[in-house]
Amino acid sequence: MLKLYDHTIRSRLMLGTARYPSPAVLADAVRAAHAEVVTVSLRRESAGERAGQAFWSLVRGLGVRVLPNTAGCHGVKEAVTTAHMAREVFGTAWIKLEVIGEDDTLQPDVFGLVDAARILCAERFEVFPYTTEDLVVAERLLAAGCRVLMPWGAPIGSGRGLNNLFGLTALRAHFPDVPLIIDAGLGVPSHAARALELGFDAVLVNTAVAQARDPVQMAAAFAQAVEAGLAARQAGPIEPRDLATPSTPLIGTAFRG
Amino acid sequence: MKILVNGAWHETERRELAGALEELGYGGRVVSTAVNGEFIAAARRARTTLADGDRVEVLAPMQGG
Repeated sequence: MLKLYDHTIRSRLMLGTARYPSPAVLADAVRAAHAEVVTVSLRRESAGERAGQAFWSLVRGLGVRVLPNTAGCHGVKEAVTTAHMAREVFGTAWIKLEVIGEDDTLQPDVFGLVDAARILCAERFEVFPYTTEDLVVAERLLAAGCRVLMPWGAPIGSGRGLNNLFGLTALRAHFPDVPLIIDAGLGVPSHAARALELGFDAVLVNTAVAQARDPVQMAAAFAQAVEAGLAARQAGPIEPRDLATPSTPLIGTAFRG
Repeated sequence: MKILVNGAWHETERRELAGALEELGYGGRVVSTAVNGEFIAAARRARTTLADGDRVEVLAPMQGG
């Protein structure tokens, strides 16, 4: 079980809700992933549209917990205002805080992120900051009041997996008791399994599932990978070695001596 | 009075935000609002007075990652 603020979840796979071929496929993918948490967002809606209302009705019908994001925000004030708006619409204090600093990589503006986190934590939000693997930034986010961190694996939607294995491993080792959720950049289930094997508590996946040829099958594959990764972590993986070590006992080997 | 709603200009006769939203067709919707960058909770919409040229954001649930 994984405790995120005061809420406990069983599933280590969180799912984004964007870029699916249809609402029906999204719903089937959430079920196939056994996801208990899905991310949602807020966007402008004209008076003539009903898309947002229909989407919200669909998500509520799935019986999952929502994690609203501040995607697309480039400044502290914009992110804080969006968080307030999300709390009202979605009825949760959870907020996946994104403050984007660079458009090509969608890299977090970690300075703005820490400032926004400080404001929102003081206002009793439960902040899930989308951050990098930087240890100092992580320290500052925790000092601001965050009790969960969401380091990126790779740039959003890139499918490149765990880009900085050394940095992520160091982050895990440095904060053994903080829930760490890999957010962004995962492409295939083996990336998710690797994250769990390294000791990360969960992963959040969107594009890799939504844009797969068969999103529902891919959601199921990620669910299996996350379970395998967690089981492997709990089982205690061996340390890698540079040289071979025979697995078959040498004692009593024929034709020797 | 002209107000900028989600980036488009609209004429409204209503001076309070709640009334303007109703007039513009947002009545009964699950939306959240901001005026000139400041969050306005649903409970405050009836007593939030708009001025000519105000920028109103009306946001609704949407897919997100």
